Amino acid sequence: MLRYALKRLTSLLISLAIASLVIFAVIEVAPGDPASFMLGVNAQEDTLAALRAELGLDQSKVQRYLAWVSGMVQGDFGTSYQYRTPVSDMIAQRLWVSLPLALYALALSTLIAFPAGIYAASRRGKAGDVGVMGATQIGIAIPNFWFAMMLVLVFAINLRWFSAGGFAGWDKGVFAALKSLTLPAIALALPQAAILARVMRSSLLDIMGEDFMRTARAKGLTRAQALRRHGLRNALIPVLTILGLQFSFLLAGGIIIEQVFYLPGLGRLIFQSISARDLIVVESVTMLLVFAVIVVNFAVDLAYAAVDPRLRGRT
Amino acid sequence: MSRALWLGGALSALVLVAAGLSFFWTPFDHSAMNIPDKLQTPGATHWFGTDHFGRDLFSMIMVGARTSIAVALVAVGIGIGLGVPLGLWAAARQGGWADEVIMRGNDLIFAFPSLVIAILITAIFGAGAVNAIIAIGIFNIPVFARVTRGGALPLWAREFILAARVSGKGAARISVEHILPNIANLLIVQATIQFSLGILAEAALSYVGLGAQPPTPSWGRMLADAQTLVSIAPHMALVPGVAIILTVLGLNLLGDGLRDALDPKLRVARA
Repeated sequence: MLRYALKRLTSLLISLAIASLVIFAVIEVAPGDPASFMLGVNAQEDTLAALRAELGLDQSKVQRYLAWVSGMVQGDFGTSYQYRTPVSDMIAQRLWVSLPLALYALALSTLIAFPAGIYAASRRGKAGDVGVMGATQIGIAIPNFWFAMMLVLVFAINLRWFSAGGFAGWDKGVFAALKSLTLPAIALALPQAAILARVMRSSLLDIMGEDFMRTARAKGLTRAQALRRHGLRNALIPVLTILGLQFSFLLAGGIIIEQVFYLPGLGRLIFQSISARDLIVVESVTMLLVFAVIVVNFAVDLAYAAVDPRLRGRT
Repeated sequence: MSRALWLGGALSALVLVAAGLSFFWTPFDHSAMNIPDKLQTPGATHWFGTDHFGRDLFSMIMVGARTSIAVALVAVGIGIGLGVPLGLWAAARQGGWADEVIMRGNDLIFAFPSLVIAILITAIFGAGAVNAIIAIGIFNIPVFARVTRGGALPLWAREFILAARVSGKGAARISVEHILPNIANLLIVQATIQFSLGILAEAALSYVGLGAQPPTPSWGRMLADAQTLVSIAPHMALVPGVAIILTVLGLNLLGDGLRDALDPKLRVARA
């Protein structure tokens, strides 16, 4: 297990290194000089040079890359060109919106998908199964930002149960904060739940064909009992991978949903920073998202190997 | 022919016909503003209603279908054009350095949150259909590489490939002449799925203003226009939304149906 973990850790570090290089390169070739963007078109040449020196833009590319990476390792994400505040502070503040949103959506998606998938598998081929599978086909086809608009129309504008956008803030209490994240979380969760329910169902159907399930039925358990006691645990392994992958979808999908609901999360931070040419913020936030995705996938792989020793041989 | 194939084929054909027809005929000029007729609900003259400039939504949907299809199609083309040769190469050199490098590269691209990177690319290099195509297309490459390699590997162990090798054909020729035709149906099914994902991605990018730029109509931007008016003109949001859903649904059903029709063995295992 330790050898496997080390091997996976090495490939994790290589992935992170390449990812940081790619992101740095993309930002590097971006047109537009942050200094002249900040000072406007009428800036004097020596003022520009002074600002470039202050921002560290006069150093060589290699120096800047190394400074960026070594800073991030120590928790220093640089200083925003636009606000002159540490990027790590800005990220920390926004993370309190984006992370709860992703987790909320993940919880909702699991709560919808597990019962739906289990129900469909237990009614295989019958009307209930066909109904659930038909619903998931439609769920997969719905763009989550459109669904978000429809939720606003029905629950915020017509029924007035929720506000149409904005974030209450955690200082207003957990309930108020969660309430303002509820519609965004539902919008994010539903299409993901559709995918998850399909995986759950097919995973259960695979398990039902196994010998140990036939034995369980043979000793007198009903289909539902056999599923609950023996099937579910075994079927969860592929479902866990999808859950890990979905976390990254939820973080990324959150970027668009935050736009719909005007939530002050990481997504809005990226968009605002792009339009203000505050590239250091864009760079660091993107790297943070990629880091989160890679680390979550790594954790899922390890959890897998811990549960199922057969998987340790593969890389 | 299964119901999924039938319904999926019909929906996909409908969108294709609408897009094709829009080159020759639309009920109104899709870009013609007509303020007195603004925000009309669907009716006899304007079948899908009008937007805040009085433009005919039915015509905009038809022309927008063109944008969606073009972006998704070229993005799938990039995925096939680069991913399939890489996958064939990796399979032909199974376990060798080429295989290792290609598959690790794949894993790396998979690790990136695709939407974040697509937003980054389009935002940095300029919003527009071409950059949107590239941003979506890049993430199609590893998908096709993986499917191709997965399909090709078991074939390399088969007798007919051995026969071809004995008769003196090289790995490249075998890949093209014998492997490719045998995995074509896998690729067709995958292409349908990626096509539908491409349409969703294009809509999301256009919605945040990073896809096709005005005056080119696109379903995503129609939704962005609709957002601020959703309380007074919900049809402006409903119409493009339903268009996207039906197109994606149609393509997914078509993919499922094709998979079943082309490979009966998969019928039991399908999700």
